[in-house]
Amino acid sequence: MQITSPGYTRVAILLHWLIAAAIFSTFLLGQYMTQLQLSPVKLKLYSYHKWIGVTIFLLVLFRLVWRLSHRPPAPPAAMPAWQHTAATTAHFLLYVLTLAIPISGWLMSSASGFQVVYLGHFPIPDLVAKNKQLAEQLKEVHETLNWVMLGVVILHVAAALKHHMVDRDEVLQRMLPFLKKRSTLR
Amino acid sequence: MNFRVVFFVLTLAAGAPAQAADVDYTSSQITFVSKQMNVPVQGSFKKFTASIDFDPKKLAAAKALIDVELGSIDTGSPEADAEVSKKGWFNTSAFPTAKFASSAVSQTGPDNYEVRGKLSIKGIGQDIAAPFTVKRAGDVITYAGRFNLKRLQFKIGEGVWSDTDTVADDVQVNFRIVTKGNK
Repeated sequence: MQITSPGYTRVAILLHWLIAAAIFSTFLLGQYMTQLQLSPVKLKLYSYHKWIGVTIFLLVLFRLVWRLSHRPPAPPAAMPAWQHTAATTAHFLLYVLTLAIPISGWLMSSASGFQVVYLGHFPIPDLVAKNKQLAEQLKEVHETLNWVMLGVVILHVAAALKHHMVDRDEVLQRMLPFLKKRSTLR
Repeated sequence: MNFRVVFFVLTLAAGAPAQAADVDYTSSQITFVSKQMNVPVQGSFKKFTASIDFDPKKLAAAKALIDVELGSIDTGSPEADAEVSKKGWFNTSAFPTAKFASSAVSQTGPDNYEVRGKLSIKGIGQDIAAPFTVKRAGDVITYAGRFNLKRLQFKIGEGVWSDTDTVADDVQVNFRIVTKGNK
């Protein structure tokens, strides 16, 4: 018997985890690198942070395009409407934030006088000129958006765990195929 | 910010100092572009003195001296400004000034010239050549040119900073010296 609706494609699952890992690592990298004294390592880490950010932006764009042609599975029938609305809102916010945060970082870098050169080879144009005050403001925006995202991610993870452990539905399994095998053995 | 007064000297052409025209420092500038992780980053030196003696008809007597205060550097970030004054970089407390003294000027085009001379930074002298243009507007003359230097030849950025993958060895220096009133 078919357990659920068609489910996520492999590509959607791969993109989800790839983007999650990139966000997790570059979030921590951002926390760490800003504490460092100026050194070659610091310059390298800042570049890596920016490159990962650009990568996340590109992956999210690809994911959105993919999503348009590969619709995600429907929520469990038993799920209350308010939860469905909350989930949709959270997912929408995550998409917005995963695009807005790299953009804010890019603008902040330009305003600070450092053009972003993706992977050290592909210069991304400066949309704003060097401007110390603007750089400070964009730094605030970049940080604030990150804290908002942290909140949404915590909610997202908590909801996924709640579905798995409390509701015992297939929501988490759809994004973690190896769990599906385990649960069908149960 | 408490900058130590440091001078970096760049010299252009050769001639009697008494004949040098007045330099308009508000219009003149010395900037540079370094590459950090392949990202071009512009900076400048805010304080310098220049002595230019240039007559296209007497190129053999042309002379230029530019003294740049190394402590007046603006790298674009206060953190980097503080860093580059340190011993491994300019060591500005020991070597406040860098100097260039021209040895010869030659003409390469209608308004194009090349100056050769010695650039001294951090006690190290290197021969350099810089192409430049000369533009006249009344009694205002603008000398604009550029040259590349290899920072490690001057021991600018030693130790961990000698890694050229992070900060490139090549630094492009751009100069624009404006003089007023030919004497």
